[in-house]
Amino acid sequence: MFDGLTDRFGEIFDKLKKRGALSEADVSATMREIRVALLEADVALPVVKDFVDGVKERAVGEEVLRSVTPGQQVVKIVNDYLVEMLGPETEDFEVRAASPAAVMMVGLQGSGKTTSSAKIARRIQEKQAKKVLMASLDVRRPAAQQQLAVLGEQAKVDTLPIVPLQTPRMIADRAMDTAKREGYDVVILDTAGRLHVDDDLMAEVADVRDGARPAEILLVADAMTGQDAVNVAESFNEKLDLTGIVLTRVDGDARGGAALSMKAVTGTPIRLLGTGEKLEALEAFHPDRIASRILGMGDVVSLVEKASELVEQDEAERLMKKMEAGSFDLDDFASQLRQLRKMGGLSGVMGMLPGVKKAQAQMAAANVDDKTVIHQEAIIGSMTVTERKKPDVIKASRKRRIAAGSGTTVQDVNKLLKQYQEMTRMMKKMKKMGKKGLMRSGMPGIMPPGLPPGPGMR
Amino acid sequence: MSEESEKKGWLARLRAGLSRSSSRLSDGIVGIFSGRKLDDAALEELEDLLITSDLGVETAAKLSASLAGTRFDKEVSADEIRTALADEVSAILEPVARPLAANAVHRPHVILVTGVNGSGKTTTIGKLAKRLREDGKSVMLAAGDTFRAAAIEQLKIWGERTGCPVVASEQGADAASLAFEAIDRARADDIDVLLIDTAGRLQNRDDLMQQLQKVVRVISKQDKTAPHDTLLVLDATTGQNAHSQVETFQSMCSVTGLVVTKLDGSARGGVLVALAEKFGLPVHAVGVGEGEDDLRPFEADAFARSLVGLED
Repeated sequence: MFDGLTDRFGEIFDKLKKRGALSEADVSATMREIRVALLEADVALPVVKDFVDGVKERAVGEEVLRSVTPGQQVVKIVNDYLVEMLGPETEDFEVRAASPAAVMMVGLQGSGKTTSSAKIARRIQEKQAKKVLMASLDVRRPAAQQQLAVLGEQAKVDTLPIVPLQTPRMIADRAMDTAKREGYDVVILDTAGRLHVDDDLMAEVADVRDGARPAEILLVADAMTGQDAVNVAESFNEKLDLTGIVLTRVDGDARGGAALSMKAVTGTPIRLLGTGEKLEALEAFHPDRIASRILGMGDVVSLVEKASELVEQDEAERLMKKMEAGSFDLDDFASQLRQLRKMGGLSGVMGMLPGVKKAQAQMAAANVDDKTVIHQEAIIGSMTVTERKKPDVIKASRKRRIAAGSGTTVQDVNKLLKQYQEMTRMMKKMKKMGKKGLMRSGMPGIMPPGLPPGPGMR
Repeated sequence: MSEESEKKGWLARLRAGLSRSSSRLSDGIVGIFSGRKLDDAALEELEDLLITSDLGVETAAKLSASLAGTRFDKEVSADEIRTALADEVSAILEPVARPLAANAVHRPHVILVTGVNGSGKTTTIGKLAKRLREDGKSVMLAAGDTFRAAAIEQLKIWGERTGCPVVASEQGADAASLAFEAIDRARADDIDVLLIDTAGRLQNRDDLMQQLQKVVRVISKQDKTAPHDTLLVLDATTGQNAHSQVETFQSMCSVTGLVVTKLDGSARGGVLVALAEKFGLPVHAVGVGEGEDDLRPFEADAFARSLVGLED
């Protein structure tokens, strides 16, 4: 996951010195990287171009937060803009039109319409307590109608009985009639997959639309779709006036740039995400989640944001200098612990970092948790000023006193001292390595002490 | 149908599909190069156009750089650029354009068909069966997608259409044992080619990929040389994720070749060019429609020329 923008920017900004505000040169240097990152995530080129222009406009002259690097600042601007463009966050999908209300599912072949139909039907029936009927209008693909019937059984949603040789329009009319007669609130019309360039089939689906007058027309699109997503979404929207997009296979490893492309060219909101093969695997759309995914960077930006809000700037810089000078003492350690706690504790910080599963497992194994942080603060609090400045003086009897004072054990005190030693050793190492390693995250002031600096260093 | 008109038929179909895809690309080329020098700006636009065909940033950059190498700063016509581009693309694709060949030595020749959900595996099997039948082969189908609702029925209908026996069990049954049984049956009936369907699976689902590995293992228990072909069916609409699909399916299930479907849409399948460079896997056939005759051998030159909007 860490192969996204943050890494690319790391390289660029390692070469740049910190400045007060983002210069045009800083921004331009990153724009190419953003462009490539978005294209590799399958965002359509015209959309990428507009996006980059928008970001550029916003970024130039922006003041750089003192706690972050210019690179992270640009990432934040990119992320915010992306979230804005992908948005809005959709509320839970509900059909509110008068009964019977039709929901028409459209899309290319193999995009996941039938599975999505069953998922949506199930959700409406369960969450809105409405009576739902499903009907497959797919008379082209062999056994497609049967597929929906089987899914209906699995989802415990009624399906319209299959009558051979009917046209899609006839099936849709029959479904609406049945719904009126039998008191169904919502009718899901699962149409056949079709190419947006197939005029005959597009006319056929428009005819169904005219008959059923659906309250919702949802385009079902695969998250793996490439550059063609813009053409697909544009054509379907032009001919059918979509009310929403359902993005499927979000559980795959595609970066999902198609979401941005389709939202940008149609202005139609993304309403739901398909996240698995099970019928429950349907989720509301969160723009921030897809944004992070497109950028390939976990939730780094929220971390940066939180850091910039909460970390006392001067304190962070003071610590930074001390680290560089190699005069980091236990008081500084305690100060870091306090800041860490302000940010929601270890779990809060770790939860936001990409690729930390391994580190989290290591932490669990080493029994490092939020409680440890509180205990460690107490241990340092029970030390004398001298002890904090020169931890070397702490020997057996002092350890016993500190443990008693903080309500911990001598082993706990030993552990803390060992972590402190490891940390100072690491800082020296980092100083030799320059800006790589921990520093590269740009947030040395807030990294929890004694933690593995990255997976595998312990 | 004579071979000549048959060939024209497939080219026309592919071009009809691709002309939709490539009309913007070729319009774009005309726009860029009407009486203009091949300078940096023109090259960048050319690179952009290749990107919109899903060739990917890297391959697009490489191709336009290679054009720049020979023609930079020269007056060029749109047609010249198209021809040069088509030649480059064709040269990349030529080595991978290899039709599927059933080996008569194998009794049966076992073809396992894999891919992500919705890529068109079952439809491809139906079309392949039709083609093999026309070549005079006896063909058996195995309904190995025991997961998706009605997938078995779908394959059975294809069996009826193409006159091929279908080995099937219940939905939810073990796909590996079905494959095992299918080989037994194919042997007993002295079948030439056995086509085995599988459930669609996303390549990042480790558990499902392991199930597929089990199917492969069980097949090779029946015949050490089988499966003789393991096809990965790719949707031409797919973008850069195709790389991840090929990489994972190849490393976990030893995919031996690709079939690219849905080329009759406006997606250009440009990712194939990048895939050919990176993996070099044979592209056996392309799907250009929903009908049973809409599967064609992959022809590098035709594909390349159509991609850049060149007529014959």
